[in-house]
Amino acid sequence: MANGRGMGRGPNRHGYQKPKNMGKTVANLMRYIGRSKWLLLVVAVCLVLYSACTVGGSFLLKTLVNDAIVPGDYVLLAKLLALMALIYVAGAGFSFTYSRIMVHVSQKTSFALRRDLFAKMQTLPLSFFDTHTHGELMSRYTNDIETITEIMNNGLANMISGILTFVGVVAMMLYLSPVLFLVTLLCLGLMLLVVMTIGKRSRMFFARQQQDIGAVNGYIEEMIEGQKVIKVFNHEAKAKEGFGVRNEAYRRSATAAQSFAGSMMPAMGNISHINYALTCCAGAFLSIYMGLDLGSLVVYLQYVRQVSQPVTMISQQVNNLLAAIAGAERVFDILELPGEVDQGDVTLVHVRQSAGGGLTECESRGDGWAWKMPDGTLTLLRGDVRFNDVVFSYVPGKEILHGISLYAKPGQKIAFVGSTGAGKTTITNLINRFYEIQSGTITYDGIDVRRIEKDSLRRSLGIVLQDTHLFTGTIADNIRYGKLDATDEEVVAAAKLANADAFIRHLPKGYDTFLTDDGGSLSQGERQLLAIARAAVADPPVLILDEATSSIDTRTEKLIEKGMDRLMAGRTVFVIAHRLSTVRNAKAIMVLELGEIIERGDHDDLIAQGGKYYQLYTGQMELS
Amino acid sequence: MIRKLWPYTAGYRKWILLGALCSGAEAVFELILPLMMATIVDEYIPLGDTSGILRHGLLMVLLALVSMALGVCAAFFSARAGQCFGANLRDAQYSRIQDYAFRNIEKFSTASLITRLTTDCNTMQMTLMMSLRLLVRAPVMLVSALVLAIGISLQLSRVFLVALPLLAVSIFLILSTVAPKFRLLQERTDDLNLTVQENLNAVRVVKSFVREDFENQKFEGRNLALRGISETAFGRVIFAMPTMMLITYGTIIAVMWYGAPMVQSGALEVALLTTFFTYITQVLMSLMMVSMMLMMLTRSVACGKRIIEVLEEKPDITDEGADPSARVADGSIDFDHVWFKYNTASEAWNLEDVDLHIQSGQTVGIIGATGSAKSTLVQLIPRLYEATRGAVRVGGRPVGDYTMEHLRDSCAMVLQKNTLFSGTVRENLLWGNEAATDEEIWAACRAACADEFIHRLPGGLDMDLGQGGVNVSGGQKQRLCIARAILKKPKVLILDDSTSAVDTATDARIRAAFRTQLPHTTKIIIAQRIISVMDADLIVVMDDGRISDMGTHDELMARSEIYRDVYQSQQEGANIDG
Repeated sequence: MANGRGMGRGPNRHGYQKPKNMGKTVANLMRYIGRSKWLLLVVAVCLVLYSACTVGGSFLLKTLVNDAIVPGDYVLLAKLLALMALIYVAGAGFSFTYSRIMVHVSQKTSFALRRDLFAKMQTLPLSFFDTHTHGELMSRYTNDIETITEIMNNGLANMISGILTFVGVVAMMLYLSPVLFLVTLLCLGLMLLVVMTIGKRSRMFFARQQQDIGAVNGYIEEMIEGQKVIKVFNHEAKAKEGFGVRNEAYRRSATAAQSFAGSMMPAMGNISHINYALTCCAGAFLSIYMGLDLGSLVVYLQYVRQVSQPVTMISQQVNNLLAAIAGAERVFDILELPGEVDQGDVTLVHVRQSAGGGLTECESRGDGWAWKMPDGTLTLLRGDVRFNDVVFSYVPGKEILHGISLYAKPGQKIAFVGSTGAGKTTITNLINRFYEIQSGTITYDGIDVRRIEKDSLRRSLGIVLQDTHLFTGTIADNIRYGKLDATDEEVVAAAKLANADAFIRHLPKGYDTFLTDDGGSLSQGERQLLAIARAAVADPPVLILDEATSSIDTRTEKLIEKGMDRLMAGRTVFVIAHRLSTVRNAKAIMVLELGEIIERGDHDDLIAQGGKYYQLYTGQMELS
Repeated sequence: MIRKLWPYTAGYRKWILLGALCSGAEAVFELILPLMMATIVDEYIPLGDTSGILRHGLLMVLLALVSMALGVCAAFFSARAGQCFGANLRDAQYSRIQDYAFRNIEKFSTASLITRLTTDCNTMQMTLMMSLRLLVRAPVMLVSALVLAIGISLQLSRVFLVALPLLAVSIFLILSTVAPKFRLLQERTDDLNLTVQENLNAVRVVKSFVREDFENQKFEGRNLALRGISETAFGRVIFAMPTMMLITYGTIIAVMWYGAPMVQSGALEVALLTTFFTYITQVLMSLMMVSMMLMMLTRSVACGKRIIEVLEEKPDITDEGADPSARVADGSIDFDHVWFKYNTASEAWNLEDVDLHIQSGQTVGIIGATGSAKSTLVQLIPRLYEATRGAVRVGGRPVGDYTMEHLRDSCAMVLQKNTLFSGTVRENLLWGNEAATDEEIWAACRAACADEFIHRLPGGLDMDLGQGGVNVSGGQKQRLCIARAILKKPKVLILDDSTSAVDTATDARIRAAFRTQLPHTTKIIIAQRIISVMDADLIVVMDDGRISDMGTHDELMARSEIYRDVYQSQQEGANIDG
């Protein structure tokens, strides 16, 4: 799995990606940013004022030179300098204000984006997680939202102020000398040309670099994961060779990409210098032959230095902006996905049963559970699950289950046996509606599961999954995940039931032992015991055990068998197991092959049938 | 650190030097331009010297062109230097890792090694490249601008005595309050990412227990914390720009005030005065740039340290003391009172006083509960770990006598957690013996009972396995791994629980094939299932790091309680763990 270390892998994200539907994404993004309307208005005002200060401050230089410094008017000089100081202080103030507000707005926006994205992910159906890698989804948080925040933090306001300054400076230039502006225009045109040519080239090289770095990183990942095998097979030299080829290819393309990207700055800067030189000459001639005053020339030259800055800055930021919009697009793509369908209106409630069999709803666990219909009538939950001619496929066209019919009577233990891909896990996935079936019906105590509210449905089913996942937190926290308000006694009782109590007590901090990294410090078997305890504390009426004991060796399994039996007592239980010993005492065993139930019956029936189960049991068949 | 990493620039130093030179020269050229402008305005305009203006103007354009060329060269050279450095670091690390023993790999963990090879190396190459471009340019700019300013007027340059320290102190104050906030910011980001990561991993658990709201609340807390620290951190960073602006413009105003009388007295020309402004901006800007770069460098230092750790790690096991001509004579194996622990600092032993003697060609089964050190024991044979006390001998000589390459070719091992690599079936099998002919490959596959299903695969030996061998089932994968090991024609073949996903019938056929096709090879089989080792010449029962008992099946049934226990637990449930 490519998660975990997927974070921050690869080169710094380069902005060479184009959003597909810019208008829509920007509109979406504006809805988020727009929540701070009034603050943004302040930002806009500050931006205009700040640009005005920048342009105006330089313009004051003309009067300073012509009227105060050259004639030596110190009173005017003092006044003008004071005014200038005022303008610049105001400018700094405005700049600080809009920056500070933008920090707030950007953090608020990314906070809202993260919250909505996470909340959305909680509602998405499992099929979504099947088709997206963890690394891909993580990068919505680590890359995409980060890029958006970054551009809002610095780039956006600066870009706008850059444009404003640019417009102001151009206006001033035109005012000072339209003739000199022709020279400037020429150079600005040249800059645009350079931006476009270099930009095109470096985009091309960057695409190649991305490909090569993907190849290097992929190779590193696969080989380092298999490093022990490399050692055992003396394959080191070969591995080095394969690495060398990819490393060199990446070096070449990265050198080209970085060379062009790095050329942008000096090229732009020096065109601006050429502009400066030409303006200087032209200005000198104008001054000699057409009487351009010295102050205007000096100020114009200051403006020449200023005018290219926004162009360079914007040409650099444009890629970041595009990357941010592309990132936002990916985030909104997820936000716009439909969540799990849930039109059920039947809910799960605790009930108390009177002597006559009448049911009354109650707060805490009474005598059991009941389904509460929308009209308020209560039906006792018994755990009767039936599949009628269920057809299902994960991907359209690739049918996994072909018309499965089965029934589990209350309190029965039903087992599924079959090869990987036969559809065992799929069946349990359908009972709790992780996926939607294409045709047929699944009923629960006679109620179509689609009519049951999803949360209620899942609360009624306890699941111990094939892969155990634990959360960062204490062992007690992890067991309590099954019932958030469980008391310490309940937690310990559940652990004892699962036979996990003994190993937990052996840990230095017992139930308060802090687990990180998916419980990495525990053995696979111990983690599975915790998962069983977690299901036990939830105390659900129906239990699904999907390979729950696969990582526990046969001796340990014998030890927890009692606990499991206690856990299963009085409940409807669906068991999926590789190890036939676990399913032997099931009431009904279903042998699945290629999405169909090919044999059913109890152990003795099936052995007597002498079919597939018999072959599996006697070791003539391979379960894969 | 620079001293330690410098060797990895070998072969590319001229690019570093050229890059730095070009960057520096570009900065100087850029600064001369304003000075020439001043000459035009102050000297030629009053004289009306048009040819002088043209000459000077042309020279300025020329200088700008040279500066551009230098700048572009600097970009090319620094890109080359940076990427070469990165490539060298990756290569050096990768090669080093190839020398690592298992213990070294475990010390770093796979994930951490991958990060060091990818992200850290990329940061380092970026750092060198950016340093060449900016970290050279900025100080050169600072000094040259300062020198030129002093050249214009020593008297006015005294403003720098106030401005520079003022800016330096302000930047220092800002950065030093920001740095700890950013560290916190990183921690909060990690917290948040961890929550997302765990939710992705455990999405089924969350949904099954209907804990969506609970997770949302948990996330909300992390999200709020991240937002808070972000606002604080970035809210402080933005002080830098306005501070810089205020100091710059304050300095310019001061210079105008003090410069005006000098212009009056004819000691200073007007354009030189405005040129002075340009230099003020450059000096202060450069100072700011240098400090920002230095802050960024702290991150690179952390990456550099991590890379050095990998490079300096001493391989736990080396060929030192090995006799290159030593050859494994036969498949006999001796453990002479071997003691072993993974962690030398821990008190508990992982293997205690193991004394075991295996004759060449024997089949030995090893049985024991999870954690009883079965794998540990066999990993000492091909010297994947080294015994802490006692001696391990293969073919009558201590394992340290042979080169690792020869020893591991002679003692083939199929690891419990085995891996196939992307590529075809054939490419994977050839790992065992690169020169193997198709006949040899098929022979090995027959011995591992893999031939039948390979025939059935689309493309047969040439089918692409996909990364990690995703295109074959667990049992098929294990048989391919066994065939790969057999291709080595080893003296000793070790299977560490390598048939767990293979059904009992096929398992039995593999063992029968071993007997007929590899009669002289010593076979050591670790298994969960008694049936897999029942017919072995010798069965070793491991319990908590010790040999609890050994003997044949019948002997052990008669006297070993553990063995009987395991046997019975498996009998009841039929022996199909498949």
